[in-house]
Amino acid sequence: METLQNIRTQIQDVMQNAIKLPMTPIRLRDLIRQVRAARTAADERAVVNKECADIRANFREEDVTWRCRNVAKLLYIHMLGYPAHFGQLECLKLVASHRFTDKRIGYLGAMLLLDEQTEVHLLITNCIKNDLNNTNQYIAGLALCALGEICSAEMCRDLVGEIEKLLKSSNSYLRKKAALCAVRMIQKVPSLMDQFMPVTRSLLAEKNHAVQITGMVLMRQMCEMNTETLGSFRKLVPNIVRTFRALIMAGYNPDHDVSGISDPFLQVKMLDLLTVLGRNDAEASDMMNDILAQVATNTDGSKNVGGAVLYETVLAIMDIKSESGLRVLAVNILGRFLMNQDRNIRYVALNTLLKTVQIDNMAVQRHRSTVLECLKDPDVSIRKRAMELSFALVNATNVKAMAKELLAFLETADNEFKAPCSSNLFITCERYAPNRRWQIDTMIKALNLSGNYVSDHVVANIIQLIGEYAEEQAYAVRELFQCVQDPNFDTKQPLVQVACWSLGEFGDLLLSAGPSSFGGEDHQQQQPMNISEHSVVDALENIIKNKHSWVSTREYALNAVMKLSTRFTEMTSRIEQILAPLTANVSIEIQQRAVEYSSLFERPQQFRYGILERMPIVKRGTAADSTFMNGEEGLTVPHADDTDDLLGYHGDKRDGTSKPRAPKHSDSLLGILDDMSILASDTPVIHENGHAHQGSSAGGGMTDLLDLLDMNPASSVPKARPAAPANTSATSAMADFDFLNGNTSNTPVSAGTTFTAFEKNGLRIDFTVNGSPESLDVTINAWNFSPEEMSDFVFQAAVPKVLQLQLFPPSSSTIPAHGLSPVVQQMKIANPSHTPVKLRLRIFYKTSLQTVQEQAEVSNFPSPTSKLF
Amino acid sequence: MIQFLLLFSRQGKLRLQKWYVATEEKQKKKLSRELINVVLQRKPKMCSFLEWKDMKIVYKRYASLYFCCAVESTDNELLILEIIHRYVELLDKYFGSVCELDIIFNFEKAYFILDEFILGGEVQETSKKNVLKAVSAQDVMQEDEAVTSALEEFGLV
Repeated sequence: METLQNIRTQIQDVMQNAIKLPMTPIRLRDLIRQVRAARTAADERAVVNKECADIRANFREEDVTWRCRNVAKLLYIHMLGYPAHFGQLECLKLVASHRFTDKRIGYLGAMLLLDEQTEVHLLITNCIKNDLNNTNQYIAGLALCALGEICSAEMCRDLVGEIEKLLKSSNSYLRKKAALCAVRMIQKVPSLMDQFMPVTRSLLAEKNHAVQITGMVLMRQMCEMNTETLGSFRKLVPNIVRTFRALIMAGYNPDHDVSGISDPFLQVKMLDLLTVLGRNDAEASDMMNDILAQVATNTDGSKNVGGAVLYETVLAIMDIKSESGLRVLAVNILGRFLMNQDRNIRYVALNTLLKTVQIDNMAVQRHRSTVLECLKDPDVSIRKRAMELSFALVNATNVKAMAKELLAFLETADNEFKAPCSSNLFITCERYAPNRRWQIDTMIKALNLSGNYVSDHVVANIIQLIGEYAEEQAYAVRELFQCVQDPNFDTKQPLVQVACWSLGEFGDLLLSAGPSSFGGEDHQQQQPMNISEHSVVDALENIIKNKHSWVSTREYALNAVMKLSTRFTEMTSRIEQILAPLTANVSIEIQQRAVEYSSLFERPQQFRYGILERMPIVKRGTAADSTFMNGEEGLTVPHADDTDDLLGYHGDKRDGTSKPRAPKHSDSLLGILDDMSILASDTPVIHENGHAHQGSSAGGGMTDLLDLLDMNPASSVPKARPAAPANTSATSAMADFDFLNGNTSNTPVSAGTTFTAFEKNGLRIDFTVNGSPESLDVTINAWNFSPEEMSDFVFQAAVPKVLQLQLFPPSSSTIPAHGLSPVVQQMKIANPSHTPVKLRLRIFYKTSLQTVQEQAEVSNFPSPTSKLF
Repeated sequence: MIQFLLLFSRQGKLRLQKWYVATEEKQKKKLSRELINVVLQRKPKMCSFLEWKDMKIVYKRYASLYFCCAVESTDNELLILEIIHRYVELLDKYFGSVCELDIIFNFEKAYFILDEFILGGEVQETSKKNVLKAVSAQDVMQEDEAVTSALEEFGLV
């Protein structure tokens, strides 16, 4: 054919020269050569552009002779990534041609350049219809192939009759293609299924493998789309089983044999169909138990092809209601897979075991050592699966051994594994640890090995863990102190954060703890270390000053150093010196803290001791825990902003000061886990003193308050740094001095006084005042009596400097119309000097027409002294 | 069901693409470029599967060519490897120890073979012999046509 073409071209060239015919377009082969000869992308573009121009010109001339060649070239150009849509119509013209060559290229072009989303594709419907009826099976075959790939719902409806007819044809070449077209059609138009139902059954009786396999695909598709069909096809299970048995019992057939397996493609499709039929149906499952056992035992799984069949068998056994013996057999097949030379088979095994482990843990446990072996696999994807599976296999009896293996894995693991591995270790230890000392040890090791790749949740949870177990605190703080002395501490900052927190809270234990608290099993030396107050403060200062420390780590260290000012005796002036330069730190949070802390030194010592008391113990098992456990938290970027943590600590400290270390529910958990979704959630949290309020995010809605606060003449914020925000965290830290002033201040008030603070344009804001004169709890109810919804509602308030204000997030930012329900928001006002309370309010909201901003002053605040007491 | 199939060279040049799920041209380009990069970055010691977007990718390298299938996450990846291998065998039989150049210069043939093996993302013929028989029968039809039309052109028939 090639020679003929050559002769033809040569003759044409001669003729062209003689009679000056228009230029013959270059051959596809020559175009490919030219493109391949192009040295640069620009050269290639030049070649393609020139050729495209020629092709377009030729298309415009409606040249029939070269259309086929031009489309073929265009398909090549299309593959190179250049636009070829202008060939779409030419493909249709080729398809309509009577020449087979034209049709073949035309249909190929149609499949490549058109799909159901392009509008022109409908124009092909009629050509396909004609070709489907062509007596030449290959022409009909081309049409079927195109139809199976680009047909749209509209084409389906037009051509369903033809496909049904071809499904009944005696020609297996057409029947197999028609069956797959039918699959596509019922995907597009499910209602066409009924038309194909009767003929589908007959496909199964076929001897031809191609018709069998395509028939199974069609049946499976129908079963998946309709439970009724599924039910009726279940009756065919014995037939399928019989066919299946015949297939595997059949002697060697070179045409269908693949390394000793009889038609694996067909076997897998049969298994797939059986799975669908046997799922949730005991009777059908029962009928296939035998054949599945037969395949599972007799298939040689050493090669990929046998593996494919066995793998499908395992999936079938797991999915249907199979006998327990069969399930054990399936898990054992996977166990054998784990030892297979072929890494693909190992991967598949791990993946499947991972799905099975929940259902059949004991069976999988037997292969634990093989799974652990896979942690060392050279292939990352296998290591990843092996890690997941290893965690799923941990239980109370093997936790120590498993943790040891997993820590060894962590030591050499890629960075991407460290966060999920450390998170999972935490969860595992939490669940199965034999004792707390072991748990703390393991987690310190895990943090050590995970370096900077640890999720913030893990840090928070370990902190909580240490806080919870008083008997292990001295031990933990000692271990952790050693960690911060590591010169490379900046490569394991999450560990440093835990260490800082512990040092801050329990630094005093570090100095006093005797050797008695150390168990013999620890590598720790027996005699007490000679730790001086200086060395601890030095270490923390080092962390603050190190230029590689993250801001969040510095924050932890800053808090710790401040706390130590009350735990240590000789360090006060040293700590003041450390704080001094930080009051000008570029990080607003650190600056804020440093300013607050420095001012604490100016007040009577009891303030400082009160505020810097130990954190209360936080009970777990609240909302925070569930977020830790669920989902992808292990993959969080380790370097997250921790400002909310700090806010959280303070919220908690304030609540806890009156009763330090008493177990109770408090919102500090929300703060420790700097999970914005939790902070933003409106779940009310019950406090010790019995009232409910929103999550303790002090940040919300307060950013615009700077100018409002300007009404206070005496600003305590140093003038040199106008940027220092006088935000609510300042307030919150200082808010409740009342704790220190004695118990009377916490006397709860039985009933609140309610009054209207603001009313305009249908918006009414009611205040309900509770609490003591020094500390007012105000519940804000914002009602909307207008006929229109108010969205983006923001309520802001400011108080004179003598008062301290804390505003919690609102229950919603939208107030429904007609006074349906109010938006509720909590506000705390500390009034240590018992002055008359004055508020300035700023309110924003949106209606469909406008954005409204209101300002108001509230001076009719009921004086709690006169009214409430 | 196979979602799409790509053949590309070690240099990342696309040699064949077949999309069994309707995808916009722009999206096709984006997906194939991304996927080619992902696959080329895999080290030889890694397994042939990866989870990518909501699909499973099964790929295998034969000499300088990568054969890469995107399948649904429920598909049997070991069997997909077999399908890829079968396609390579078919190409090899058809061209006689196939090499990348054969596929570059005869890409349409590579498509014709694929279209006799897989239809709409499912295997339609499990016999190698039948696939090749269908392809070569159609080649013969083309040749006959070429002869006839050449003869007609020169007025010989």
